[in-house]
This record gives sequence, C-alpha cells and structure tokens, in this order.
Amino acid sequence: MMDTSLAQVTPLTQHIGEGKSTPNLSQYQHAGGYEGLKKAVQQDCSEVLEEIKKSNLRGRGGAGFPTGLKWSFVPSGDKAPKTKFVVCNADEMEPGTFKDRMLMEGDPHQLIEGMIIAAYTIQASVGYVFLRFEYTESERQLQQAIDDCKKNNLLGKNILGSGFDFELYVHTSAGRYICGEETALLNSLEGRRANPRAKPPFPQVAGLWGKPTIVNNVETFCNIPHIIRHGAEWFQGLGIGDDAGTKIYGVSGRANKPGSWELPMGTPVRELIEKHGGGMQDGYQLKGFLPGGGSTDFLVEAHLDLAMEYDVIGKAGSRMGTGQLILLDDKTCPVGMTLNLIRFFAQESCGWCTPCRDGLPQIQHFLEKLEAGQGCAEDISILDKFTRYLAPGNTFCALAPGAVEPLQSALKYFREDFDNHIHQQCCPYSN
Amino acid sequence: MVEVIEMLEVVDRVGPSGNLSAEETQQIDANLSHYDHNRAVTIEALKIIQAQRGWVSDECLQSIAGYLKLAPAEVEGVATFYNLIYRQPVGKNVVRICDSVTCWFMGYEAIRDELKAALNVEYGQISGDGQYTLLPGPCMGACDCAPVMIVNDDLHTHLDAQKAKAIVSDYKNK
Repeated sequence: MMDTSLAQVTPLTQHIGEGKSTPNLSQYQHAGGYEGLKKAVQQDCSEVLEEIKKSNLRGRGGAGFPTGLKWSFVPSGDKAPKTKFVVCNADEMEPGTFKDRMLMEGDPHQLIEGMIIAAYTIQASVGYVFLRFEYTESERQLQQAIDDCKKNNLLGKNILGSGFDFELYVHTSAGRYICGEETALLNSLEGRRANPRAKPPFPQVAGLWGKPTIVNNVETFCNIPHIIRHGAEWFQGLGIGDDAGTKIYGVSGRANKPGSWELPMGTPVRELIEKHGGGMQDGYQLKGFLPGGGSTDFLVEAHLDLAMEYDVIGKAGSRMGTGQLILLDDKTCPVGMTLNLIRFFAQESCGWCTPCRDGLPQIQHFLEKLEAGQGCAEDISILDKFTRYLAPGNTFCALAPGAVEPLQSALKYFREDFDNHIHQQCCPYSN
Repeated sequence: MVEVIEMLEVVDRVGPSGNLSAEETQQIDANLSHYDHNRAVTIEALKIIQAQRGWVSDECLQSIAGYLKLAPAEVEGVATFYNLIYRQPVGKNVVRICDSVTCWFMGYEAIRDELKAALNVEYGQISGDGQYTLLPGPCMGACDCAPVMIVNDDLHTHLDAQKAKAIVSDYKNK
C-alpha cells in the first residue's frame, strides 16, 4: 500500500525544521522509527540487500555509486571473514556543503537505524561514525542516541531478539578534508595519517584493519530505514526523474534564503535557486553555480532548467556531487572564486602523490598572479594544461581531479574574465 | 629561544611535565575499548591531552607514544598531519575563521583583518595577554549562515566584523 501522507514525502527531514526539536528514542519510535529495523531482522540478510538494490539508492556523498551494488561486493556466507565493519562517513568538509550536520543534529536515530540495518545486511559486528571534529552538537546527539539504543536492545547483543550483535561508536576526527576519501578515512580511523590507499583491493573486501568494510555517507544511511519500511517501489516513486528517492539540496551564496531542503530527486536547478533559495539578492545576478560542492564544474544560466540528478548533471559536464549549490554572482570575481577553491585543495592535499602535492600550489601561484594583475596570456594556457595533468588517472585519488573541476570549467565559461585580468593588469572586480 | 620558553610558561596550564594524569589515562582507556588496536586511539589521545593542556608538547607526545606502545615518530607523524592538533602553544581561546568559498563571497576577509588588528596578532600567534590565537579554518559546514567562525567549540554565524569582535571579546573571562 502506498503511503502518501505528508510525512512520507520528506522522510529524511520529517523531524527536522523550524519549530521541531530532535526526537528522543520514544518520540522517534512513536513516528515509526526502528520499524524498518524490525522488518529487516525478520528477513534473511540477502533479502534486505535485494530490496536496497531494487530501490536504486545511489550514494549521497558525491560519487553516486549504487549503494546495493557497493554492499553486494562484501563477502558473505560461511567462508566470509567473521569480522566486518560498517563506517559512516560524517566528515562533511566539501566546501559549500551543510546537509549531514542537519541530519545528525536533527534526527540522530535515523542515521543509527540505517547503520544497524546496513550492519545486519552485510553481517557486520562493529560500526563507527567518523565525525568531523567541529560537529560537537552532532556528537552529543549521536552519543545520547547510541546510549539509549544500548539500553533498549537496539544496539549490543541479540538485537530485538534476532540473534544479531552490533556495537556502534562515534569516532571524532582532527581535521583534514582528505579524510572524506573513503580509504583515507579508514587509515585515519586506524590512527594513521590520512593518505588514501591503492584500490583494489576495495574496502568491501579489505577495508578497516584488512576486514570487509562498507563506507557510506550520512544521507545514504538515513535513507535505508525508509526503504526497508516502505519498500523499494515506494522509494523509486519519490524521485521525479530517473533517480530514486529524495535529496537534501542546498543553496549558499548571494541568495535571499540560503538553506537546505529535502526535495524529490530530480528537482530542477531553477526551482532550487528561485523558489527555495528565494532568488538572488537585490543588486546581484546569477553568473554561474557549482552544483554539488567545491570540487564540481561550474554550470551557467543555460543549465538552470536541468534536473538535479546524477546523470543529467554529468552529461552537462559537471557532477551532482553533494547536491549543494554554490552560487556565483555577477559582482564576484570568477578568478578569485577559483583561487579560493584551489587554495583550499592545495592546503588539504595529503601530499602523497606529486601531481596533487606540487600541481595544486603551482595552479594557486598562477591564479594569484592573475588576481594581482601580473598575469600574461601564457599563464592561461599553462593553467589549462594543469587541468589535464591533474585529470583522473594521473593522481592517486580523486582530490586533485576534483580540485581542478572549477578551474577547467571557469576557463570555459568565464574566459573573458581571465583575459580581462591580463589586459587591465588588475582584478576588474576589486573596485 | 627565550621567547619560546616564556610562551610555554604562559600557556602550559598543567606544568612542564609530560606525564599523563590519571584523568587523561582514564579517558584514553575508555576509548581503547572501542577498538582492537591501540593505534586507533592515537588521534583521540592527542585530543584528550590537548583538551587538558591546550596543546601537545614533545614530552606529552612521547608519553602518549609510550602509553599506546607506538614509536614517538609515528605519533608525531600523525600529530602533524591533522590541523586541529596543535604542536605549539595556543592562546586560551582559539578563534578559527572560515576562509572557504561561501564565507569568502560573504566577506570573511574583512572579519579576519579586523580581528587581527583588534587582537594584534597574525594567524598562529598568541595575543599579548595569552587569551587568543587566531587561525584560518576550512569550510565549517554552515554555509547558509556565512560568514562563520568557531571559537573553541562554539560556532558563530551571520558575522560581520563588529559582531565578530564583540563575540571574541566575550570569551576573555569565560
């Protein structure tokens, strides 16, 4: 039976928003919380996995990898390793992204329920929430929720009489953007420097301490209880395009009402900016936008009517990433914005591979030269070459290729602005 | 060198000893139970020491290494990787200003400049009264409320230079 009540249209944020307070365990349960877990543990774990696969849920951390497929690579059966791990990537540090904080502070049990179901699905015995240092309120909320779960047989031994055991811990980090890369995150969780690992082997086979491990984003886990409770078909019906479910979209920059909202997957960009974001502030016009955080390619006005979903934004030459738009207005220098982003990535490079460690500071140098009015025509072709040197395949992980995405698209869409910096020997926006 | 030693005396609130206190080892032990491997507690142990003492001295680092049965060089490698572990003294209050993209649009640079002037420090330095250290911070995940800063553990949003100065000065006697 399809449930079409309002609460079901925004399942992830039913408890989140103005005037609502974070539900405690009994409030969460009263609204149907942990029903998904109850349903899951009554099924065989292979049936739960099948439902997740059927739902077409794709990872909400940025890459959009199908979640069910990711989990299906974990060895199962009698010969599989006995120790397996579930890890939540809550190291939200993508510039312009502020959705996971809201989910953890506003409804911690939803994330925990999703992680317990995930653990049951792959038969993991221990889980960690890898949380960024700054999210102290999330830490407090999650710890309280975990303690309440332990007292109520939702975590620990023989969960809900199912015979399934699972322990969950919050692990807070000490900074560094690279920790969001899943293999770097695993090294950090082991107490090492957060350098990414070579893949393969993938974490599903050899992850934390060499054991099978799944790493998923906060928002991804938050979808799981609803999929199990209401079914894959229901979840597919929530999206208005090809992708399933809802998505926490957001807008920041010179919009009238910056914020985050849960909307059907596939909501057009224009609706996000004009309707939910309240349009541009007086005196500012939209010049371009990054669709999903600081490591995605710029898109421009011509793309406003595109659906915000993985493949559509991919075909337009960018990535949906985290689905949190950063707006570039007509009073802000695109070269300066690109420089700000490159400086961030140069600083956050782990230093492991040469193209990233040395390439990003070089790019920063040339952009600083341009901004200072000391650039020459040759600099632009050098910058253009750098975007190819740092392209996928040339670096150890995805940090550097992501870092040059804003630059390569800025050179495409805002080339005139780069040229003006050279001709006028200054930043035309600085006055 | 004399200056450095003076700074140490101002800021190290526990004293020059690197020995772990009972409270510190208790907190480290509580975390050890979450993992099968001592090493996994390295970062947390550094944070526990830092929470007590403001920063992590060489002596403390060696004590942590000894307690977790790791080589000091390994712990140092970890400590220097993570930007929120301080390997030199900081002021009583650490002010971190978000310098990432949305806060840049929304004018963080003016806030940074005003705070540097008001506290008479550059990034990383300790103010003359030992109260403050100013640091740049990467995106703090509150871009809809930009510009933002974090003082100690507290997030402050929708800033302008005047508001930021007033907030920072409120921490002086907390």
